[in-house]
Amino acid sequence: MTNLLILQGLNGLQFGVLLFLVAAGLTLIFGVMDVINLAHGAQYMVGAYLAAAFTGLAGNFLLGLVLAVPVALAFGLVLEWLVIRRLYDRSHLDQVLVTFGLMLMLNEGVRILWGSAPISVDLPEALSGSIPVWGTLRYPVYRLAILGAGLGVALGLWWMIHRTRLGMLLRAGASNRAMVSALGTDINRLFLLVFGAGAMLAGFAGAMMVPVISAEPDMGDTVLILTFVVIVIGGIGSIRGAFVAALLVGLVDTLGRSFGPILLRSLMEPDMASQTGRTLAPMLIYILMAAILAVRPAGLFPVQR
Amino acid sequence: MTPALSVRGLTKSFDALKVSDGISFDVAWGELHAIIGPNGAGKTTLIHQLSGSLAPDAGRILLGGHDITRLSMAARARRGLARSFQITSILAGLTALENVALAVQARSGSSFRFLRQVARESALNDQAAEALAAAGLAGAEDRSAGTLSHGEKRQLEIAIALAMQPKVLLLDEPLAGTGHRESAALLDLIAGLKGRLSIVLIEHDMEAVFALADRISVLVYGRLIATGTPDAIRADAQVRAAYLGDEEGA
Amino acid sequence: MRLSDRAMLVTFAVLLPMPALFSAMGEPFLTVVLTRALIFAIAALSLDLILGFGAMVSFGHAAYLGIGAYAAGILAANGVTGLEVQLPVALAAAGAFALVTGAISLRTRGVHFIMITLAFGQMAYFLMSSLSAYGGDDGMALAGRSTLFGADPFGSSLRFFYVTLALLAGIWALLRAVTRSRFGRVLTGTRENETRMQAIGFSPFGYRLTAYAISGMIASVAGVLLANHAAFVSPSYMGWARSGEMIAMVVLGGMGTLTGPVLGAIAFILSEEALARLTTHWRLPFGAAVVLAVLFTRGGLLGALRGRR
Repeated sequence: MTNLLILQGLNGLQFGVLLFLVAAGLTLIFGVMDVINLAHGAQYMVGAYLAAAFTGLAGNFLLGLVLAVPVALAFGLVLEWLVIRRLYDRSHLDQVLVTFGLMLMLNEGVRILWGSAPISVDLPEALSGSIPVWGTLRYPVYRLAILGAGLGVALGLWWMIHRTRLGMLLRAGASNRAMVSALGTDINRLFLLVFGAGAMLAGFAGAMMVPVISAEPDMGDTVLILTFVVIVIGGIGSIRGAFVAALLVGLVDTLGRSFGPILLRSLMEPDMASQTGRTLAPMLIYILMAAILAVRPAGLFPVQR
Repeated sequence: MTPALSVRGLTKSFDALKVSDGISFDVAWGELHAIIGPNGAGKTTLIHQLSGSLAPDAGRILLGGHDITRLSMAARARRGLARSFQITSILAGLTALENVALAVQARSGSSFRFLRQVARESALNDQAAEALAAAGLAGAEDRSAGTLSHGEKRQLEIAIALAMQPKVLLLDEPLAGTGHRESAALLDLIAGLKGRLSIVLIEHDMEAVFALADRISVLVYGRLIATGTPDAIRADAQVRAAYLGDEEGA
Repeated sequence: MRLSDRAMLVTFAVLLPMPALFSAMGEPFLTVVLTRALIFAIAALSLDLILGFGAMVSFGHAAYLGIGAYAAGILAANGVTGLEVQLPVALAAAGAFALVTGAISLRTRGVHFIMITLAFGQMAYFLMSSLSAYGGDDGMALAGRSTLFGADPFGSSLRFFYVTLALLAGIWALLRAVTRSRFGRVLTGTRENETRMQAIGFSPFGYRLTAYAISGMIASVAGVLLANHAAFVSPSYMGWARSGEMIAMVVLGGMGTLTGPVLGAIAFILSEEALARLTTHWRLPFGAAVVLAVLFTRGGLLGALRGRR
């Protein structure tokens, strides 16, 4: 039981940092640029496909990963330049529609290029084993690596936002847009940078997940919705909120799926418990979100604007 | 007799800054009570607290003797507190008549009626047209509110407030941004309302204030330093030092 | 008569003889396609009540379509095919879901509202996906066509078309009345300027929530029709892409009018159908069309019509 708890706890954390990588970009893009981007999940998918494709070419996943990240960045920059910058002075509704259209195009584009079947990628030897973490419990090295990489990026983001001039601009931009332009910063370049960085982080998350879940069309949709839940719970525009909420959602979702039925068994018949558990588990994070919003409508860490 | 509006010890701070510091004053029935003060004195914060868009930290607001301090803006409006906005606030996509008819609708019967056409409710339209005419906008009924001139929009604000048949009307800088001719028309309009309902007027135009007000309260750094008739205020040494003196010297 | 009304009457007049025209052309299947478009026109109309008249951008509207479809599907699976039972159940379920989720969502504004309605929509989606007794992820075939007091309103594609058209006309007339009523004027007022409405004594929440519930209930009627049209019920009716498509129908048709969403839905479904005949990858040109349409036109189809006058 303890082993299962630790195992699922690690799984939940790993899922959480993954969500954070995607959510960080989305919440910054909204906080700084006031753009709601439904194509953000598709950028996660693009990252996954790029990693799979480059791994195929290079014959090595790590090399594929290293190649995928800058291309995901470039992809984001091009997208901003082509489409997103036309949305800055548009209503949220227009932004929703345009990025929705983009998402349809990207999902379909991936289908045209790589087909509908999932593409899987093998891990290099060094990362494919598992190591003991607690007593007899072993945990896959690669999943620990994802966890570490996610935490590393979170730390890096924190440092950048709180310790650099760019970070200061971002914080100022998220709370007071007029001020950023008053500082004489080139807003267009800042926005380009933020959007590109967001795309890169989402792409990085997708690329890292390829060996675990394979690349397939529409894989970004689920992640996008979960990311929305994350940034709504955390407070839109807040990186710290995104981090806390991502871990919370990751843990609640993972633990709910494995322990929900077990806990319910103490309340009802086993058959009934597993049925109810399976029905309730996927809804758990939405119930969590509703409960948090009922108390704090602007999320856990509301951003002043 | 209980005053129309009674403010007792109203206090509000933003961080360390006291923007309202124990403000107390009464507005008698039918009185036009002006509140003046230099920029940053806390006039806007005061009107936000009176109208209900900002909650005070301490103190009470009584409307006709009833405590309204904890009521929402909408609930205060339903009890007879109307306001105009410093920055014009109208329903731009609706016609002038519809803007005013909504104010009539708010105080006459339920608005959870789904099938009957509201445009055919002559009771609403007649009262709305009356309020428009009283505000000098007769003939503008079917114009889209967004296309009215700035001065006409200010008049529409007053028409909406009148249609609410309020006990107390808060006018937040009704002359702001108007040209000479427009402000003359608005002044006539406000002068015509005098005595028919109680008015709290916040205005920068000193000439207008001293001509219109029955009594004036002077607000400086969140505190009321004097309340009295225009003549008494003009003669008040403290007021001259704190405020009017600056104005004349400037 | 207003332009929107005239355009609507013309639309109905054009729709009325279509089945005859299609069978004369030797393409009776087009009647089935057009019926599907009319079902979505009902759904788009319902969305427009909150989106266009109430400025509430709901991204979870497909949930109500699904609730209606599952009300029909689950009842039919249990031997209850009468619309006299199915419709009230669908309306009640949709109304209840709208009241509960709306009461939470409407505490927020703007992007928060968009994302929360989206999340609630997905919640409904996952709930239905996990109902293994009713097909789970895969969905289930409709056990029997809906009846009405023993009659068979969906018995032929022709009858289905005219029943749907009549329902569309009825719902259009209902919403026309609602948007012009006292309630509708308050709703429009809160769209224009919430603070002003509060200052004259309206608390917007109750009006918004009521509109949200009415909108969801009407969408559930479209859901009941959709289940019969496809003879199938599946969680995919409730997916977020469907919600996005409905927003596109309303906005591209012309939101805040009652004709726009109808035209938008018809144009949307027909072009979807046409593109799907040309290529299996129709979503690519379709997405591009949505992007370009939003970037380069404003006011939707009806706006374009108006602009030419």
